[in-house]
Amino acid sequence: MDLSPIWLTLKLAGITTLILLVIGLPFAWWLSRGRSLFKIIIEAFITMPLVLPPSVLGFYLLLAFSPQHGLGKWLQKVFDVQFVFSFQGLVLASVIYSVPFMVGPVKSALQQLPSALAEASYTLGKTEWQTFRYVLLPNIKPSLLTAAILTFAHTLGEFGVVLMIGGSIPGVTRVASIAVYDAVEQRDYAMANNYSLILFAITFVLVTGVFVFNKYQAKSPLG
Amino acid sequence: MISIAIEKKLKAYHGQQVLRVNRQFATGSITKIYGPSGSGKTTSLKVIAGLLTPEQGTIITDGITWFNAETKINLPPQKRNTGFVFQQYALFPNMTVRQHLEYATKDEAWIKRLLLLGKLDTLQEHKPDYLSGGQQQRLAILRALATKPRILLMDEPFSALDAKMKAELIMELKTVIKELNITTLIVSHNPQELEGWADEEMVFE
Repeated sequence: MDLSPIWLTLKLAGITTLILLVIGLPFAWWLSRGRSLFKIIIEAFITMPLVLPPSVLGFYLLLAFSPQHGLGKWLQKVFDVQFVFSFQGLVLASVIYSVPFMVGPVKSALQQLPSALAEASYTLGKTEWQTFRYVLLPNIKPSLLTAAILTFAHTLGEFGVVLMIGGSIPGVTRVASIAVYDAVEQRDYAMANNYSLILFAITFVLVTGVFVFNKYQAKSPLG
Repeated sequence: MISIAIEKKLKAYHGQQVLRVNRQFATGSITKIYGPSGSGKTTSLKVIAGLLTPEQGTIITDGITWFNAETKINLPPQKRNTGFVFQQYALFPNMTVRQHLEYATKDEAWIKRLLLLGKLDTLQEHKPDYLSGGQQQRLAILRALATKPRILLMDEPFSALDAKMKAELIMELKTVIKELNITTLIVSHNPQELEGWADEEMVFE
């Protein structure tokens, strides 16, 4: 059995989760503060992957990053980067597709913290960044873990977006969900079953892990 | 000297009302503040700390403008050096007693003195969840004092303390406040508890 689709899937999910931890947390914090029309529009925009068919998102990404057109052409010319039918393209698509899974739970958790926590920190002379790092983040750990695991698990299960932008190049873009599809197309049901079982097992362990952790950790910050 | 002349809209059940505060507080003075719920006591403290912004007016402390609505000066809370004791304590659930103070100051001798003052020296490694209401309230007071603030703003700071602990703590606080010459404003539902301590009073209608 060729395990490369499984490794590729895990690599994609890991990189996507790391990138979203870096950019998603400050973004969630920004969204959690105040409620302007601009923020509402941005939030609606990043929520779109939850409701749009993945193929629609994949189609637009394919158009945007096609080396024959505007942005894709420019990226290839200036930076020699190609996002279509490449692993970096899968990472980009996964990051966009999974944004709401990282930002949503973190934003809600931050909004549920009493505003007095941040205020107390400010009166101690701490900056907004110090307050975020030392007061707010440590008090939303369960939500943070939930968001990271959901992002990871969601990336494991991507199909439409990755197929549209990455195709099915063995070792490069052929992730597990596409390998299942390919195996079924070739009527190799045993192979499809093997990939499916592995994906099912990994996802089940991850989601169960979150529930078990939250059972002991998820306490109201109000005590 | 703190000189405050501000106006701030308050959200009330019957629409909006306007909070007007026009008052001077001498440096090192202790003022007790009382009045009915919703009259703007907590809001006033938060305005002084820079946590809320009034629509009109000025706040000037020792000749430095902290807030001026016309010239758009508004010093952030980080730069005002006020100590704030929140009514609900606002302790950090992730930090131990000692970490609360270490987060505010690096002065080890001062931390030691504060822990003794609040009688929390034996509970240094406890997080707020494992402290009683009274212990949490004392920690909130110590944290506010940790930065050696110029102004101490306390919102119902003794509500969870028994009479003996309250008397002892007030005595200790008197010494520290006098020593550091801190201008102190204390909101209390029970102004009698500050008899003989507060120099001035301020009543909200």
